[in-house]
Amino acid sequence: MLDFPLWRKIFLRGITLLLAALALPSILSLAGAGNLDPVDGPEVNLGLDLAGGSHILLEAQPSQVAQQRLEVMEESVRDAMREATPRIGIGDVSTADGRLSFMLENSSDIDRAREELLPLINGTGVVQEWNLAVMDGNRIVLTQTERGLEQAVTDAMDSATEVVRRRIDALGTREPTIIRQGDTRIVVQVPGLADPQALKNLLGQTARLEFKLVDPNALPSDVQQGIANPGSEILPYAASSDFAGQNIAVRRLGGIRGDSLTGAQQTVDPQTNEPVVSIQFDPQGGAKFAQLTTQNVNRPFAIILDDEVLSAPNINEPILGGGAQISGGFTTETANNLAIALRSGALPVDLAVIEERTVGPDLGRDSIVKGAYAMAIGSLLVILLMIVTYGRFGVYATGALVLNVLMILGIMALMNTTLTLPGIAGFVLTIGAAVDANVLINERIREERKRGRRIVAAVEVGYKEASRAIYDANITNFIAGVLLFLFGSGPVRGFAVVLIIGLFTSVFTAVTLTRMWVAGWLRKKRPSELHI
Amino acid sequence: MRLLKLVPDDTNIKFLKWRVPFYIVSCLLIAASWALVLTKGLNYGVDFAGGQEIAGTFTGEQEAPIPELRDTLSQLDYGEPVIQRFGEANQVSIRVRLPDSAEGDPAAANRISEEIIRTVTAAHPDFRVDSNNTVSGKVSGEFREKSVYALIFAMLAISVYIWIRFEWQFGIGALFALFHDVSLTLGMFALFQMEFSLQIIAAILAIIGYSLNDTIVVYDRIRENLKKFRKMPLPELLDLSVNETLARTVMTSLTLLVALIPLLLFGPESLFGLVAAITLGIFVGTYSSVYMAAPILIWLGVKSDSFVPQESVAERQERKARGEI
Repeated sequence: MLDFPLWRKIFLRGITLLLAALALPSILSLAGAGNLDPVDGPEVNLGLDLAGGSHILLEAQPSQVAQQRLEVMEESVRDAMREATPRIGIGDVSTADGRLSFMLENSSDIDRAREELLPLINGTGVVQEWNLAVMDGNRIVLTQTERGLEQAVTDAMDSATEVVRRRIDALGTREPTIIRQGDTRIVVQVPGLADPQALKNLLGQTARLEFKLVDPNALPSDVQQGIANPGSEILPYAASSDFAGQNIAVRRLGGIRGDSLTGAQQTVDPQTNEPVVSIQFDPQGGAKFAQLTTQNVNRPFAIILDDEVLSAPNINEPILGGGAQISGGFTTETANNLAIALRSGALPVDLAVIEERTVGPDLGRDSIVKGAYAMAIGSLLVILLMIVTYGRFGVYATGALVLNVLMILGIMALMNTTLTLPGIAGFVLTIGAAVDANVLINERIREERKRGRRIVAAVEVGYKEASRAIYDANITNFIAGVLLFLFGSGPVRGFAVVLIIGLFTSVFTAVTLTRMWVAGWLRKKRPSELHI
Repeated sequence: MRLLKLVPDDTNIKFLKWRVPFYIVSCLLIAASWALVLTKGLNYGVDFAGGQEIAGTFTGEQEAPIPELRDTLSQLDYGEPVIQRFGEANQVSIRVRLPDSAEGDPAAANRISEEIIRTVTAAHPDFRVDSNNTVSGKVSGEFREKSVYALIFAMLAISVYIWIRFEWQFGIGALFALFHDVSLTLGMFALFQMEFSLQIIAAILAIIGYSLNDTIVVYDRIRENLKKFRKMPLPELLDLSVNETLARTVMTSLTLLVALIPLLLFGPESLFGLVAAITLGIFVGTYSSVYMAAPILIWLGVKSDSFVPQESVAERQERKARGEI
């Protein structure tokens, strides 16, 4: 029991020193207030609640993806029926209740229509994306399959994550973390951000740019009441535009989406001297834009951003150069933000900020300083109490405690985990557990001495009997820690991580290491009296 | 060298003499706690209720204009905002609950938070936002659900482990003690309407962990003594076990308090609720290990041969049958 072979001593000391040494870069960088980096090596990350920064959770609505797919499908179906030879006449198209239904003018076309639709409903991937049903002989109903929609949501979220990453990079922030979470969420963490509002504005903007023709037949009174002609829709003007508060009617189909942009910059209109955003299309988009403007000279078209109309200028002449200018009551800043958003691409879905946690850098630093100060006082008092109560054994316990803290930091650095404010509380609890282990052992040795056991036997029995309770207590706490990590969220997890690591290191230092020290001392000095 | 001894040797305090009255009081306290939680309710913070908590500093002023701020923000019509001093005299925390109508709208919380910051900054250009926690109704609902699961699963899993390591009576005893600790902590939060946040869930789990340490230390000693003193009546044996571990109990509680109290007095404001709950839990947890977890073993009927290996019980009976001692 008190026999430690050489290899075991070397192993225990080695692993202790190694893990404790891993804590050094973290301690030095904490002490150096983050502005100098004297030692290279893995470091403990500071959570945003300590270092300052923003944690933003974004969420998309799957129903929106479904709606968009429905609209794209409608246009594809119309195109397919028109391009079929001979043309297949359809009517009474409806996209209500999340499904697309339309009637064939001639019910004998049913087999040909089905054939034309086949590539559309099968999609490009391995999953069938739509279900096709025929009702009353001449009505075709298309509904989205669950797996098709799931796939579409996954794709949308993947590209949304990419767009978010590009936008945050454009802001020039350092070391942002952007992670998909669950099916419809994206977590964005940006350390030490000066202006979280700018970030949120940028992420909150879908930046779906569309050009649609204005409906020339709409009656102004109908438009203000929100009543649209068939094939048209009513959209509001953006709050920044000259016509804020008013509506406008635009043709629902046949416009151009701005997803074929190659560039966007904030510039100044030489005529009006107001900030505008100039955009460039790729060749395909440029050709479509040229076609639309050529066919509709002298008619107004609406520039629509996220379902709000920025402006509706007249097409004075065909725009053939593959570029265009967007005006709409911008300031330099809003024009610049829009340019960034357009450059980084439109989000395939709207993302809503559903959780935000921002901590200013000053408050975070303040928390660390106060927390460290309070912990230092607490540790000193604990050490004092241990030494006056258990003498030499209290000194061993103190040594174990210090190594315990270093090892936790070392392991956290190695695993690249994050220390949060509740994590500091986890530290306190771990120290408590480590102290408790030593108290249990030392009290047991006292007891065994009192019962008249000889010194070596008392120490041996003390460690053996106390270890049982220590292991049981730590295993149950470990179970609690793991459940905490699995079911907890945010700060609770930060607490659990420190707790779990700390359980291992505290048993190791408080039981194994101190036993090695005590054994070494007993063998060397052969004491005749045990002060404990 | 004279070493400090907090607990004299060979104490013989009759802890379990008062077990029935203590049990009655504790059960009443548990019932009262739940009655409070159910009638008065917990004062959910932003994490669980949704809404926003914004802490900020009026950099250009000595003292935060709290009454004026209250007037300004009441006009926004999001119910009565809770505005308190937070840290220095020119620092405040503003808490606004999510209106019921916004429960289903994921973007509402963020919109309201932006409006509040805009309103305050418009009236006081020197207002600097130090921290902003905004949680939508959906996320707060998930936090509530997850926390309840974490608590229940942790308690059950712990009890199962103790049942396996000890005996089923011990598993039930531990579960009951933990239920006592969680109930009383919740009751305390309901009574004083202290803010109940995710951090407090972490605190409750820490309390569970600590109380469990105590319970296991006492149980371990009971198990040992059951093997050692087969003939001793159970109440006496429990008293002996508690007395034998008393020095450890006092010492451990004391060291933990010594570590926690500086954190309570000088630590960061944001940790106060968490540390206060853990500190309270040390008392509740120690008490429950002695007065809840131990006496229940008497009523559940722990046998003194529970921990004797089965063969030896059989052997003993055989011996008895043969007329040997």
